[in-house]
Amino acid sequence: MTTEVGSETDVKKEPEKVPEVQHQTDPVQTDQPDKPADSDPQPVASVAQPEESRSVEPESPQEESSSPDPSSPPAIGGQKKEKGISRFLPPWLKRQKSQSQDQASESAESAEKPQSLKEEEEESEPKDQPDGAGAAPNTEKTEEVKEESRPEEVQLEENEKEEEKSVGSADTQPVREEKEAESEVKEREEEKKEEEQVIQQETSVLSPLRLNKKMKMVVCHVTLLDGTQFSCEVEKRAKGQYLFFQVCEQLNLVEKDYFGLSFKDNAEQRCWLDPTKEIKRQIRNSQWQFAFSVKFYPPDPSQLTEDITRYLLCLQLRQDIASGRLPCSFVTHALLGSYSLQAELGDYDPEEHRLDYISDFQFAPNQTKELEEKVVELHKSHRGMTPAQADAQFLENAKKLSMYGVDLHHAKDSEGVDIMLGVCANGLLIYKDRLRINRFAWPKILKISYKRSNFYIKIRPGEAEQFESTVGFKLPNHRAAKRVWKVCVEHHTFFRLMSPENPTKSKFLTLGSKFRYSGRTQAQTRQASSLIDRPAPYFQRTSSKRISRSLDGAPMVNVSDYSHAVDSALTAGAGENGPALELNSDSKSKLRVQGENIYVRHSNLMLEDLDKTQEDVLKHQASISELKRSFMEATPEPRPSQWDKRLTGSPATTLRLQAQGVPQNSPPHPETDSRDVSKSTEVKPEVNGQPEVVEVVEETVVIEEVIKAKPKSSAPETPVTVETEVKEERSLSSDSESEEEEAEYHAQTPSASISVQQIEEEPEEEQEAGLIPQALPSVVESQPITEAEPADSAPSAEEEQATAQPEEEERTDKDDAPNGHAAEAPPPLRAVEEEPPVVNGSVSRVEAELLPQVICCSEPPVVKTEMVTISDTFAAQKTEISTKEVPIVHTETKTITYEAAQLDGNGDGEPGVLMTAQTITSESLCTTTTTHITKTLKGGLSETRIEKRIVITGDSDIDHDQALAQAIKEAKEQHPDMSVTRVVVHKETELAEDED
Amino acid sequence: MSAFGRFTHAVVRAVPRSLATEALRTGSVEELDLPRAQHEHELYVSVLKQRLGLEVLELPADEALPDCVFVEDAAVVCGDTALITRPGAASRRNETEAVKDALTKLGLKIVEMTDESATLDGGDVLFTGREFFVGLSKRTNQRGAEILADAFKDYAVSMVPVQGYLHLKSFCSMAGPDLIAIGSSDAAQKALKIMQQMSDHKYDKLTVPDDLAANCIYMNLPGKGDVLLHCTPEEFPESVKVFEKLKDHMLIPVSNQEKVKVDGALTCCSVLVCKNSV
Repeated sequence: MTTEVGSETDVKKEPEKVPEVQHQTDPVQTDQPDKPADSDPQPVASVAQPEESRSVEPESPQEESSSPDPSSPPAIGGQKKEKGISRFLPPWLKRQKSQSQDQASESAESAEKPQSLKEEEEESEPKDQPDGAGAAPNTEKTEEVKEESRPEEVQLEENEKEEEKSVGSADTQPVREEKEAESEVKEREEEKKEEEQVIQQETSVLSPLRLNKKMKMVVCHVTLLDGTQFSCEVEKRAKGQYLFFQVCEQLNLVEKDYFGLSFKDNAEQRCWLDPTKEIKRQIRNSQWQFAFSVKFYPPDPSQLTEDITRYLLCLQLRQDIASGRLPCSFVTHALLGSYSLQAELGDYDPEEHRLDYISDFQFAPNQTKELEEKVVELHKSHRGMTPAQADAQFLENAKKLSMYGVDLHHAKDSEGVDIMLGVCANGLLIYKDRLRINRFAWPKILKISYKRSNFYIKIRPGEAEQFESTVGFKLPNHRAAKRVWKVCVEHHTFFRLMSPENPTKSKFLTLGSKFRYSGRTQAQTRQASSLIDRPAPYFQRTSSKRISRSLDGAPMVNVSDYSHAVDSALTAGAGENGPALELNSDSKSKLRVQGENIYVRHSNLMLEDLDKTQEDVLKHQASISELKRSFMEATPEPRPSQWDKRLTGSPATTLRLQAQGVPQNSPPHPETDSRDVSKSTEVKPEVNGQPEVVEVVEETVVIEEVIKAKPKSSAPETPVTVETEVKEERSLSSDSESEEEEAEYHAQTPSASISVQQIEEEPEEEQEAGLIPQALPSVVESQPITEAEPADSAPSAEEEQATAQPEEEERTDKDDAPNGHAAEAPPPLRAVEEEPPVVNGSVSRVEAELLPQVICCSEPPVVKTEMVTISDTFAAQKTEISTKEVPIVHTETKTITYEAAQLDGNGDGEPGVLMTAQTITSESLCTTTTTHITKTLKGGLSETRIEKRIVITGDSDIDHDQALAQAIKEAKEQHPDMSVTRVVVHKETELAEDED
Repeated sequence: MSAFGRFTHAVVRAVPRSLATEALRTGSVEELDLPRAQHEHELYVSVLKQRLGLEVLELPADEALPDCVFVEDAAVVCGDTALITRPGAASRRNETEAVKDALTKLGLKIVEMTDESATLDGGDVLFTGREFFVGLSKRTNQRGAEILADAFKDYAVSMVPVQGYLHLKSFCSMAGPDLIAIGSSDAAQKALKIMQQMSDHKYDKLTVPDDLAANCIYMNLPGKGDVLLHCTPEEFPESVKVFEKLKDHMLIPVSNQEKVKVDGALTCCSVLVCKNSV
């Protein structure tokens, strides 16, 4: 893990490559083009981060392998040299970096050079990139190579090596993959370029439409509920839904929304395969081995339309019972067992059915002779019952069991006591041992969130209570916390809502992950089921197959060799695909990356729907649901392509987010959660890997708010202190105001104000406590723009934010550049450069530099260019910094960018006239806040932009997520008139060298 | 999983003379009139036996066990399983022996609470037909509840803190399927809220003015339908009016004036069993 060869190569290439990749990706993912993707997301981290995009994919595998979150581990300053870091960095980071680098290169070649040098150094370092990830990286690299010939070539070679290594390393990967790898190697030998292409193909997301002839195929093994094994060949980049649909087709299952595919992660934890994301990115290094199982247990199985669905549910429950997951009393074991016998064997036949006839069945975890006798006794009483009736009876009894459909997760309460969290159709259950000690029905839950390894639910105040309360639980690790959170989100959506949450709903930035359940809800699936018009499908029950197998039959794995041949063939052809596909994949990855970051950071899900009564929900969704139904019904069958279309078509589509610059109507949310949410679906893969953050040293959050403001509104707010702005230094309270004031000042111009806030947290320094007193920088972020005054007062109350603002010490900085950006407003791109602020104490400003000013620009490309310029300046600075001797610290950098759709068209490439630009910087030990206020006049409209960068430095102990969430929250409250167009969170973590 | 309230057998125990002088008390200092208490109990048993037709196992009193008449605390029976408890009061631990023997005779699957750290009084166990609520009281601890949950795996077992009363069922009980009779006191209402929150099921509630009156016995007997044994008008006239609104129930007032002085309630004096469910 320590060194990654691939990363090195990547580094060199990255700068150049990046741009191309982005472009490619953009087109693919969303129709929307290229521009946004390139510049936007990356900008923040880009300059500073040495690592390249390519490394991303390879890294991802590594990341996967090493459960720890890539992002977290790395050390403080982005500026710090990232030697092996690139590996650790999540794919998205890498991409970002690469992009940023590109930008940087464009803007300032000089800057790039230094980086490249660094990179080279890094490269020199041993590259032990772990694993299979290599392939993915290669693709990116290859792309780069194409663009940039020589250096890239070298890199390519390295990449190839890496790929090979990775392949070998990934033990988990199925045989086929290995074969593929071999084939790949051969190809590589033949032609590097071709190989590269092939690789790229592999990495690229599978789209039904793929042109590539050489797509790599992988054989997926799916253990079905009857214990049999289903093997299915899929493209390596295929999404989960493709495989799922294949399985459903195999099963002849129509009511499939209750089911899902799961796999075991490296920690042997069961994870649900997100249908909207690439399989490969979800399973990481695990084998392509899945289990088809019930995901949502229907509370009333009798409402299922088809017998085959009930039958499958029965099979699942038999497993649950036999494994002990579903505890039953003796009598219930016997009763359910007897129905199983009736369904499988028909009427009891004294001649045919002797006592040992049931020895092949497992009715209970510990099956006794007594139980078997009881089962037989009851079996006799079921005479005349058809298999379907027996199944129905089975379900009628099973559904009453208290643990029916309860998904349990180990956790600890606030006092460290071991408890279990049970997620079910009605809400969240809390168990201590076997006792239910609390229950939170969905209507009682206002918000579900997770932060690191903590899982939180915000509870609606009771009748006698005035305030909401938040209950926190400690999960074993971050992944577990996220897993619970996702399961909750899915269950809530499936059982509680009429239709999946509309991604675009949220008005304001929500840093939380945007993951949402994207499938049908129970209401929808029932609706769809009611329309099923086919003769009851014939299906064979397990008895015939089972013979000597227990109900919970052991999975049999079949490896098909032919895949190998196919793969090789595919690879051969694959090279051709090249660029376009790759590009797409890249862009997606980028997007995903961003989403993840956000996700990780904030991980706050707002289940807004909860607040509403069901009735409200119904009303709200009534109109929409009709459309959706018709739509969904229209495409009942699982067609991957349709899915994709649907996803892409969705408003929230990841593209933009990923694209970075592209303004989304809805704030960042969708993007953040890219994994789960259908919206973000495209991005997904990386997310999975990324989410796990080992340690977070630094987080940088940039929030840009673009307020379309009507000039009037802005003006009034600003009035107070125009002049103070520059010089208000270090007066805590005043500062914040001053900033705002400044903003307002500028406001002279009209209306749009943009605020960008960045929060960087630097690790080593004081932790939360320190932050608080200083006023969390992060909090401040959003507020900056309009309401200087209000912000101070109001926010303070809420949380640290208020304080944070004041704390800021003003510095005049580089910000000039930012101002310029603002003027240019159009370019959404942000280049956030981070060059690792090596020293802990050192201010992180550097990192933040290029903030995303993407705000308005709907079109990414424009943004880029502008961004570039900005980035250059920063880059230059950074480069210098980097050159400086800084303690060598391995760092990981994550950048999350959230962009809201621009309200105004202003952003689009038209610069407008820059009226004013101000930059204020404040520093304290732990935080550095830089505020840029720019006002531009466009077509008679004034636009004020406030850009805030907040750097938080502190140990991992600091609750970065919370700080972020608070900051955003405050910002919203403080600047109701303004809109947040972008939030970029850049997080740098010092990697422990131990980590792999 | 038989119909809720269906019972075929009842286990009761005679009133020892020591009840008047040595029985544990939580509040009342009123002197217990032993003869009246014994008469009261005889009426209670006769209702079960003659009026309702249950097969009643009458255990002899044990003078060494002054509280032995309150057999409910010694065992929790649900379906085919009887959990022999470990009463919270050390002086009552031996009460379980006779009850266990009786339940064993009835062919129930016996589960014993052997964990020395566990305590459980049957009076803290409310079975609704869908789930258990276990009062965490001075007599019942979490470990006892865990063992109960282990004994009855089909059902959810939720914890309900009990304050100000001896047992959970000192102020509530089941008055019908999905119908909880509950007292009006703050403590009772609070406990009800907790139960409602903890349950996936929505229960109806029957609120009676007097907490003690909320302890009644519901049965669903073949040929008789819904049967409810509740307090007498002499004891709690206002509460009786509430019960009388249950038009579909066969209402049987049963006096409990004496036993209540030593914290005895209607449910305390019997263990009901349904052998058909086995």
